Amino acid sequence: MKIYTYDNSFEGLLTAVFECYRRKDFPVDICSRMGEQRYLFVESIDIDTDPKKAERVWKGIQSKLSGKNKQLLFYAFLSEEQGIEMKIYRFLRRLFSGHLNLETDYGDSDVLYLTQTAQKVKKEAMRMLQFVRFQRTKDGLFFCGIEPRYDVIPLILDHYKKRFTDQLWLIYDLQRNYGIYYDRDKVEEVEISKKQFNTYNGQVKEASLDQGEDFYQKLWRSYFKHVSIEERKNLRLQRQHMPRRFWRYLPEKQQSN
Amino acid sequence: MACGICHSFTDDGRCVSLFKILMTNHCIYDCAYCVNRRSNDRARATFTPQEIVDLTIEFYRRNYIEGLFLSSGVIKSPDFTMERMVEVAKKLRKEENYNGYIHLKAIPGASSKLIQEAGIWADRLSVNMEIPTEPNLKKLAPEKNYPDIIHPMGQIRDSILVAKEERKKYRKAPRFAPAGQSTQLIVGATPETDREIILLSAGLYQKQKLKRVYFSGYLPVNVYDKRLPAITRPPLVRENRLYQSDWLMRFYRYKAEEILSEDQPFLDLDVDPKLGYALRNMHLFPVDINRADYEMILRVPGIGVQSAQKIILARKHRRLTLLHLKKLGIVMKRAKYFITTNELPASFSDWEPKRLKHKLLSEMNSKFKNTMDTQLKLFTEFKPVLPTLH
Repeated sequence: MKIYTYDNSFEGLLTAVFECYRRKDFPVDICSRMGEQRYLFVESIDIDTDPKKAERVWKGIQSKLSGKNKQLLFYAFLSEEQGIEMKIYRFLRRLFSGHLNLETDYGDSDVLYLTQTAQKVKKEAMRMLQFVRFQRTKDGLFFCGIEPRYDVIPLILDHYKKRFTDQLWLIYDLQRNYGIYYDRDKVEEVEISKKQFNTYNGQVKEASLDQGEDFYQKLWRSYFKHVSIEERKNLRLQRQHMPRRFWRYLPEKQQSN
Repeated sequence: MACGICHSFTDDGRCVSLFKILMTNHCIYDCAYCVNRRSNDRARATFTPQEIVDLTIEFYRRNYIEGLFLSSGVIKSPDFTMERMVEVAKKLRKEENYNGYIHLKAIPGASSKLIQEAGIWADRLSVNMEIPTEPNLKKLAPEKNYPDIIHPMGQIRDSILVAKEERKKYRKAPRFAPAGQSTQLIVGATPETDREIILLSAGLYQKQKLKRVYFSGYLPVNVYDKRLPAITRPPLVRENRLYQSDWLMRFYRYKAEEILSEDQPFLDLDVDPKLGYALRNMHLFPVDINRADYEMILRVPGIGVQSAQKIILARKHRRLTLLHLKKLGIVMKRAKYFITTNELPASFSDWEPKRLKHKLLSEMNSKFKNTMDTQLKLFTEFKPVLPTLH
């Protein structure tokens, strides 16, 4: 009984897949080396991430999956779900053994699970396009702190870069403690040590806020209040579209004022 | 391209995607159904074009909105109003380098020159029809007329077509309202049947090439005006059924005549139009999931467009069973009466339509919905299928 351990990155997982083929192995599990010990009587093989090997596997995947499904496995991986590695591995074994249009074989429980998981991750990325609210700081930086369920910051990068080409912005993942910063030229990954913001709701501390910020938040709250039609009130529908876990980031849903 | 991102949701559950405002709520007209009609004594205010530009830009930068939706009451004249609205759009594009979304309302009666300019700066243009037939429009808004509405709609349609053709030849040809044209109909202020509304809608999609037709349930205002129906609540269920019919025509390949006919001119409030169609056409069911064509699978209640597409793709790999269908997200509670996978003898297909309708309704939570819709008692052409609860 063998298990493979890797460094919990997508590149690491692809390297592990490469090794399975090279050694002609079929492990019982592929799991993160940092994770808790779940097996007693197994041989554990640790895999070092190798970009070249990962690249070869990735190219193989790209050549076999159709256009909109090329990112399927990457999205599914971002979900960090328990056991996703083996599902991806079994999928790849079927993919490389020549099964055509595998991604549409929804009758297979792995294929369906990966599709549905990737869908959940895409939806969470969509939420990061919807509920990110920037606050202008004294230095002219537009800051937003948010806590996505899955690690979707790499997926929203392009959108914000294209949209806000002429402003400095920073989006920070409060839980995973890293963010992306745009300086009008390129996007960089950053980590903030001296936090000028509240790590619970991502609100910038008052001392660092731009003067006009409070004014525009007030205007937005007023607009939001008046756009609602009393006769059509439906709070359940509102919560369905806008889950409560996002409310602490939205000026219009904050209790203050 | 990220289409229609909703940045927030109102307490009534509607998406807030755009900064949607009236440039002014002054108005020279006196339409019966409008809260801003000139005979109403109300606080009136007007934005300057620069104010609208500033607000739009500041909200946009903070990711509160996708763009601007600008409508207006008519101040002084249609041209005077339209000119200022076009100025807002022009300032946003030229002075602020704004690339976000702009939706401009075209004021009926505005000059062709202004309509033409509006299309250069805006992504979408719309002219609101409001009332589905001209005689009824005349009753509620005698100062308005259909030619003033139809003419700009035609101009916009033609300009969009021309611009599209030009852009096929030259990449740098100017854009004209690239997101198309839409309109709005008020439902329940006047006695038109659902059938008339749906047929009008189908015509607008086909002939006027509109992207969307919106239905707005009439909100009781101006109760002193005897030309308006004396209802206390907006017809929300009816509005919802109309949107469902609209979806059936646009995505499920239904024809208007299949949804409503001359002897049933109103949509059933108790059941959605798709289920209504299935119950009237039981001879078409059960549908064999593994063999039937896409169009027929789309007609099964409980199967949506995404599921239908998944079924078509998945069944190429293996035979699908009821368990597969359940995992795909099909509403088995409904669909089971209309499909077969050849696993069990056809026990579910022998239901008499009225009994099946009753069974499905009692399984759903919506049995209280028809008490909320008071609209229907007023117009005598309608015959309720089930006795209304009081």
